[in-house]
Amino acid sequence: MSETGALKLEAALAEPEAEPGRRHPGWATLRRLFRHRLFVTGLVLFGIIAFMAAAAPWITDANPNRLSMRNKFLPPGGDWVMGTDNFGRSLWSRVVWGARLSVIIGISVVALNAVFGTLIGAAAGYFRRLDNVLMRVNDALMAFPAILLAIGVTAMLGPSTANVILALGIVYIPRTARIVRASVIVLREMEYVQAAVAAGAGHWRILRHHILPNAMAPMIVQLSFLFAYAVLSEATLSFLGLGAVPPTPTWGNIMAEGRDFMRDAPWIIAIPGVTLMITVLGLNMLGDGLRDVLDPRLRIQQ
Amino acid sequence: MTRPLVEAVALRKHFTLGGGGLFRRPGETLRAVDGVDLRIMPGETLGLVGESGCGKSTLGRLLIRLIEPSDGQVLFDGTDITGLSPARLRATRRAMQIIFQDPYGALNPRMAVEDIVMEPMVIHGARPDAASRQRVAEMLDLVGLPRRAALRFPHEFSGGQRQRIGIARALVLKPSFIVCDEAVSALDVSVQAQIVNLLQDLQREMRLTYLFIAHDLSVVRHISDRVAVMYLGRVVEIAPKAAIYDAPMHPYTQALIAAVPAPHPAGRAARRAARLRVEGEMPSALNLPPGCRFHTRCPFAMEVCRSVPPPLREYAPGHMTACHLHDPQHRPATLEEAAA
Amino acid sequence: MSLLDIRGLTTAFQTERGEITAVEDISFSLEEGEILGIVGESGSGKSVTALTVMGLLPSPPARIASGSVRFAGQELVGLSDRQMQRIRGPGIAMIFQEPMTSLNPVFRIGEQIMETIRAHERLSPRALRDRAVRMLEKVGIPSPARRMDDYPHQLSGGQRQRVMIAMALACNPRLLIADEPTTALDVTIQAQILDLLMDLRDEFGMAIMIITHNMGVVAETADRVMVMYAGRVVEQAPVETLFDAPLHPYTRGLLDCVPSLSAEKPRLVAIPGSLPEPSRRPSGCRFRPRCGLAVPACAAAIPPLDPQGPAHHVACIRATAEVPA
Repeated sequence: MSETGALKLEAALAEPEAEPGRRHPGWATLRRLFRHRLFVTGLVLFGIIAFMAAAAPWITDANPNRLSMRNKFLPPGGDWVMGTDNFGRSLWSRVVWGARLSVIIGISVVALNAVFGTLIGAAAGYFRRLDNVLMRVNDALMAFPAILLAIGVTAMLGPSTANVILALGIVYIPRTARIVRASVIVLREMEYVQAAVAAGAGHWRILRHHILPNAMAPMIVQLSFLFAYAVLSEATLSFLGLGAVPPTPTWGNIMAEGRDFMRDAPWIIAIPGVTLMITVLGLNMLGDGLRDVLDPRLRIQQ
Repeated sequence: MTRPLVEAVALRKHFTLGGGGLFRRPGETLRAVDGVDLRIMPGETLGLVGESGCGKSTLGRLLIRLIEPSDGQVLFDGTDITGLSPARLRATRRAMQIIFQDPYGALNPRMAVEDIVMEPMVIHGARPDAASRQRVAEMLDLVGLPRRAALRFPHEFSGGQRQRIGIARALVLKPSFIVCDEAVSALDVSVQAQIVNLLQDLQREMRLTYLFIAHDLSVVRHISDRVAVMYLGRVVEIAPKAAIYDAPMHPYTQALIAAVPAPHPAGRAARRAARLRVEGEMPSALNLPPGCRFHTRCPFAMEVCRSVPPPLREYAPGHMTACHLHDPQHRPATLEEAAA
Repeated sequence: MSLLDIRGLTTAFQTERGEITAVEDISFSLEEGEILGIVGESGSGKSVTALTVMGLLPSPPARIASGSVRFAGQELVGLSDRQMQRIRGPGIAMIFQEPMTSLNPVFRIGEQIMETIRAHERLSPRALRDRAVRMLEKVGIPSPARRMDDYPHQLSGGQRQRVMIAMALACNPRLLIADEPTTALDVTIQAQILDLLMDLRDEFGMAIMIITHNMGVVAETADRVMVMYAGRVVEQAPVETLFDAPLHPYTRGLLDCVPSLSAEKPRLVAIPGSLPEPSRRPSGCRFRPRCGLAVPACAAAIPPLDPQGPAHHVACIRATAEVPA
């Protein structure tokens, strides 16, 4: 048998190893995700909230700010599904529109983190010279407790939705950057990255093709938890009067207003509270599921 | 005499550990490669052996400038590549490639085989068109993989098949020099032979020059023309393979070869009793012994070995070693005398 | 009565894609003071065999599907964790490939050795310490009394493996299982550790089961060899017989495909293909797709391990066939 003939035979014999078809590794991951009970439960819970947020103009008939002094302090049930508050505003409308704001803030904070956290983390992890400077700034920001820093920033900038997003961005981007940096440092030493260097690839190509796609998994896990933190922090800030300015409904300011009537109309504070809890629980379950499937190393540590 | 394809001149790589950071304190220096002179001739396979931590892998990466040397030169086809501009370096990289040990870590899990093999071409200006895909298909033929492998992802392949993909990627730009860094060490023995044969076939077909780094002395003997032995950042012996294996001059080389388990059980008790043993382990490259670096473990160490580092000298045609035992100035009359 | 007697052992693992058998219907025995080499490549089931004997496989996902493991006459399959703990140490001890992960990094090595002894014997603190120092001395640790207070990270790889051996031998086991004990070590250190194991066997007379992928390690140490492929035993023979007259095509392939240090081979005789994954094993003989001697009958049934000579067993219906030129 000739040399090449022998090689062909070896390859042909080795064939049953691989199955036909172009199968991106992502498909298997997706299948495992949808078999993960925690992930699916979290997805359903968060899906309900996300749906409420998206469909707010169509599923609420009333303007969330329409006053109806005749109908104040109505308990849930009857014409008002979730009752009314001290100005007779529909709590259902207010909570649904509040969900819209929470989701918008969550998405914005996640987007800011995805962009700037990745940029800073990748720069620090990949270019050793930048690492020191960037990470010391990072550490300084992370030295403050997250919520105190957010309170400080919004107190300085003044209460508004945009400022809440900015404040939460400043608070969480250093944390995201750390996580990205950690995976980039590991990936930078992978042999396939070395192979690309040996082939003459530039920094940009290496980052874009070899490092960032492989750093996505821990990043996605972090962002799903971050969404929950953002929603929770926003509620805290607006509860303290540092979020969106009333009468714009947010879960935080609904609860703040309901605080005075907790004895007589406990639903005002309970309904947004439970919705907030469901959102955070759903997102955390989603994140746990993602972590188990995408980043099994972390599961062992926890 | 023909010109060497690759030449290292007084090459050094020192890593600084522990230092750095905002509060900089003086770090320790790890001398991974500490003054290596080496020539690799066109078309030959130079085997490079030594124990883990001896600097052989660092040396391999220095020769293709995957890492920057601290000092010294690397000449590739007569050109010093240590001072090249980024653009000229990139052009030179076409000619030198590396094959890695770990068949799992060496391929990006998120790229299809076609994209992996095509990447070096794209980096050097080719477009990912039909002609490039045709070239990838030819490479797959060459390394013995079916063409339909092109559209699959690394996780669908066995260790041996992945190593073939890594070889295809290394060869796609038709390089002349390949560093094989423990290229078969992680493979199952039954698959190892396939890859060794493939590397030899490819060398013949494409007139390749190899630096074959491995800790397995049997594989190195099989594939190499000449063999270099490294110990603590230095080359201690270099010679044609027959000379290295049949008449090793450096006591470290002798001990390495004696330590390899024999391929047959016959007479093993006698062999064990007669074997040249070295005690202890290789000292840390952070804290190098003075004089000859091997004197702390050498059964023949003399007074001079503790203070004067032996130079690498040619004692027989093509056979160089760095050991005072062979230097007429220091040589003891007999080895027995040395042992005493 | 053999020291260790394994009959028809099958160990299975529950996975996402259903149950796979890592070890299937294996039978072998080990006598007092004997060294048995178990050779195989990745996925052959050699390490699972060892862990099954030690009762160290996590269950689930692992499960002993059938078979028996008798040690010194006592059945080990079905023993509780507690009963098994009494066997480990004075009965069977084990050393692993990577000693760093098997030593606790936050305890001094002396403390770890004494702990092992204390679990099985009542000794005065003084006697305990003396015994630990003596064990370190036996395994060739220089100035053992001082090294007692070292932490594992202060030792080199070879010394850590020596400490592991000292711990394993501290309770005078009758059987020592060594799972790839030298794979992570450099060749000069490998030689030191193999020498040490042989010396200790001569001194203490324990039996050793040495698991490796390296035919050279087997040639240096074993009295008898068992070759495993894809979860099954394919050949078993005294060491000289196995190296002089191997009968299974896989064994022959393994011996042919490694280059030799002493003799030049123009070209290596490679075994084509690669090892089958447990979920994709072929029907009949598992080596069939890679075998140069395979005939259609090989696909029909798994060949039984039949005697082919004194103490020589082979699972191949083509064992006596001539190799085609």
